[in-house]
Amino acid sequence: MALVELRNVGLKYHTLEGETTALENVNLRVEEEEFVSIVGQSGCGKSTLLSLISGLLKPTTGEVLIGGEPVQGPSPKVGYMLQQDYLYEWRTILDNALLGLEIRRMKTPERVQEVKQMLQDYGLGGFESYYPNQLSGGMRQRVALIRTLAVQPNVLLLDEPFSALDYQNRLAVGEEVVRILRERRKTVIMVTHDISEAISMANRVIVLTPRPGTIKSEHRIRMCDEGLTPLQTREHPEFRRYFTAIWKELNVNA
Amino acid sequence: MHSKTSAEHLAYLRQLKRRQLIIRLSQGLLLIGIFALWELAARLGWINAFVFSQPTRVWNAAVRLARQGELWKHLGWTVGETVIGFTSGTLLGIAIAIILWWSDFVSRVLDPYIVVLESIPKVALGPIFVVWLGTNMTAVIAMAVAVSVIVTVMMMHTGFKEVDPNKIKLARTFGATKLQILTKVIIPASVPTMIAALKVSVGLSLVGTIVGEFLASKAGLGYLIIYGGQVFNMSLVMASILLLAIVSVILYYFVSKLEERVVRGRDY
Repeated sequence: MALVELRNVGLKYHTLEGETTALENVNLRVEEEEFVSIVGQSGCGKSTLLSLISGLLKPTTGEVLIGGEPVQGPSPKVGYMLQQDYLYEWRTILDNALLGLEIRRMKTPERVQEVKQMLQDYGLGGFESYYPNQLSGGMRQRVALIRTLAVQPNVLLLDEPFSALDYQNRLAVGEEVVRILRERRKTVIMVTHDISEAISMANRVIVLTPRPGTIKSEHRIRMCDEGLTPLQTREHPEFRRYFTAIWKELNVNA
Repeated sequence: MHSKTSAEHLAYLRQLKRRQLIIRLSQGLLLIGIFALWELAARLGWINAFVFSQPTRVWNAAVRLARQGELWKHLGWTVGETVIGFTSGTLLGIAIAIILWWSDFVSRVLDPYIVVLESIPKVALGPIFVVWLGTNMTAVIAMAVAVSVIVTVMMMHTGFKEVDPNKIKLARTFGATKLQILTKVIIPASVPTMIAALKVSVGLSLVGTIVGEFLASKAGLGYLIIYGGQVFNMSLVMASILLLAIVSVILYYFVSKLEERVVRGRDY
């Protein structure tokens, strides 16, 4: 059974100007421990897709299932990382990392200890009582990841999570995030417009058409299946071939 | 930090310090100059000291008040009424702003009424309070609240609405309820706005208190000013006004200190 399943999902927005079909007839199955990247041009409804899976939005048609159960609202099984870290500047690093546990009313001493351990493990030991503006972009992004992992989700949704970082950091933080997520055997759905990033991290890359967004094609990425890290994948001879294929598909619609 | 401080840098710092000193000195001299000129003008008969009073008379009036024990009583009333006024005005304003944030419907329905309330001079409501609440402290505090509350409501509501929607979205991804969004995002994010509103509201509450005391009080600096005017004791009026200036500076200073502790302490 697929861990995440979308069946004929469609979404329409209503505004004064009229009705917009953001997504149409999306069918997707994501298996446990799989890393799926979704690429598409700006405005093709990529982020909307994640909002649907997270339960922040309800589909107009079709249904979203997680672990075989229809999604009713934001579930603890799903962690969502937004485009920026959005750390709260009035909270310390530790308190930011504990935000999800607090909101979910899951803040037990054991879980707090786990979060402290994660901060320690991921290079943030000693920064617990710092404030977000005292940290670098990469460190902030790691705090955001720990905040997401703290509530122990099975599925992680990443919405262009590295877009706020400069290129150098982006590769380094990406490498690290993938390592952490593989270690913890998480199922991941990442949305991006960066083809290289999509290929370097995922087992599968899904190409979305422009509005109304629907699935155009799927690419199985061999390197990730073989356990290569994102940086190793980028250096693999086949990387270029995947890139060209996906780039052409995205371009046809332009 | 730089490990070595060069001679040029020291000279620069010295110059900066010197300039600061000159500014402070000029500020002091200006004040002394005004009072000296005023005193001189009264003594030389350029102005009628009975109408314009003069610094020595003002000082004597203040000392007389202090000797009679009246000074602290009047100061206490005014400060007390202002503090109660702006505390309750701020709390009430924040409560109303929360209601407006909570219900978009209520906010839209009340919008034109708030605009009207904002634009009418609140001091015009004075006689109403006197009739409804009597000539006592309650009427004065009501006046202080009336003058300051609407500004607080508007500033806080705007502040609440300007909180980054992505910060709210983040809380929602963890399944936050509306109450949790309010307590964990909206209110802590609006602390700087709250301090800004407090700064405005302190000044306005003092205005409300003085007008309230003009109309409905047997004590306080506002009462002294009106009383002094009625008995043509200009020295008493001037002394009260100077005391009022000191009170307002002290109140503002406390709010600034609060701001430093709350806002800058957390490294915004």
